Amino acid sequence: MAKPNLISYSIAKLKFFVNLAIFLNINLKFKLQTLNLNLKPLLKQIIALIKKETLLEWRLKYSFSGILIYVISTIFICYLSFKQIIDPPTWNALFWIILLFAAVNAVAKSFMQESHGLQLFYYTLVNPQHVILAKIIYNMMLLLAVSCISFLFYIIFMGNMVQDLGMFFLGLLLGAAGLSSVLTLVSAIAAKTNNSSSLMAILSFPILLPLLMTIIKFSKNAMDGLSWSVNYPNLIILLAINLLVITLAYLLFPYLWRE
Amino acid sequence: MKHWWKILSVLLLYYTIFAGLLVDVPHLPILHETIRNLYFHVTMWFSMIILFAISVVNSIKYLSKFNLRNDLVASEAAKVGMLFGINGLITGMLWAKFTWGAYWVNDTKLNGAAATMLVYTAYFLLRNSVEDEHKRAKLSSVYSIFAFAMMFVFIMVLPRLTDSLHPGNGGNPGFGNYDLDNKMRIVFYPAVIGWTLLGVWIMQVRTRITLLEEKTF
Repeated sequence: MAKPNLISYSIAKLKFFVNLAIFLNINLKFKLQTLNLNLKPLLKQIIALIKKETLLEWRLKYSFSGILIYVISTIFICYLSFKQIIDPPTWNALFWIILLFAAVNAVAKSFMQESHGLQLFYYTLVNPQHVILAKIIYNMMLLLAVSCISFLFYIIFMGNMVQDLGMFFLGLLLGAAGLSSVLTLVSAIAAKTNNSSSLMAILSFPILLPLLMTIIKFSKNAMDGLSWSVNYPNLIILLAINLLVITLAYLLFPYLWRE
Repeated sequence: MKHWWKILSVLLLYYTIFAGLLVDVPHLPILHETIRNLYFHVTMWFSMIILFAISVVNSIKYLSKFNLRNDLVASEAAKVGMLFGINGLITGMLWAKFTWGAYWVNDTKLNGAAATMLVYTAYFLLRNSVEDEHKRAKLSSVYSIFAFAMMFVFIMVLPRLTDSLHPGNGGNPGFGNYDLDNKMRIVFYPAVIGWTLLGVWIMQVRTRITLLEEKTF
């Protein structure tokens, strides 16, 4: 009695799973198609905007080299005033403070250098939300380049104290992403005010604190060469902060560009 | 009787002051009688968070309807929240002096509180540096929503993951577990409601004064 029941039951189960698989497959294909339709213009616009930013930067070489000279001279000043750093936490904190100030200076211009009319022209051509995404991605690449170069100069002057370089560079990447996304939105706010350059620092420092404290902890663990499992909570917090900030910037920017 | 909540607030605060100072409290080592500060310190932070939440909700409302009244309420709620935050800092510093031996210790929760004050100072500075009303409302609403999210990460998420002297964080049990017995609860919860109602009352009066000023001038 039991056997045929079991067989019919298993056949029914198999049929159910086959149906489910077919359904899911169709659904997935359908979803991908619709997603593709939505994604294409978005990616196209963002890539075009990033290209435009990069081209502008390449033609106005003085701004990028200005940031580099700013960072290198700051590192040199620290080298001359500290002479030698033996304490790893001090080494780490000093590096991130230098990067923080460099980042504020580098990102501050992202909305200030373009005139009001030019920005209006962009917003008639492309979706304003794509503008902020493109600026965040571009600033992230810029800050990553700046942080890598300043790390190089920092280890030349201050000596290398990092034991796990891979993890430290992951920290640099996440730090650049977080700094660029917070600072890009703040620069969009500050650019609309009268004393934009001083407001940029005042508005961004308090809201950068959670990111900065986590990234300092993360890179301290990388310096001590601790295992990856120790750093997972920090990694998750950093990713969560990045996601939160980018989502908020994406949602809030449309209210900023209109006046 | 539409003013019942104002009377309730006054009655609850009288109750908080008298019951808070007179009713018997559990005798714990280190804390001793300073445990009574719970009714004045912790409640300040509760009311501050609620007032900042009111501020953010009004900022979101402004961005969806562009009504300047919402922006006014948002800024006044933030101002009153700041007042409660400063009171919370002062009461907390006094408590820290008697229990930990210093007015300020390097602790995530304390630093989070200080950073919150910095964020809202920056918010008021931003408001003061823009002349145009609608532009000011828009910029400050966006900043306030953004800042509230980051502040939430800083004072709600980060302290729970690190070691802290402050109760309720990093392995230290919160007051809910065993410190706060039922005798304290019957004063603590009315105190939270009383202080919050007082904050909302101040906010309402300030909003009305500003509206009147705008009408007359």
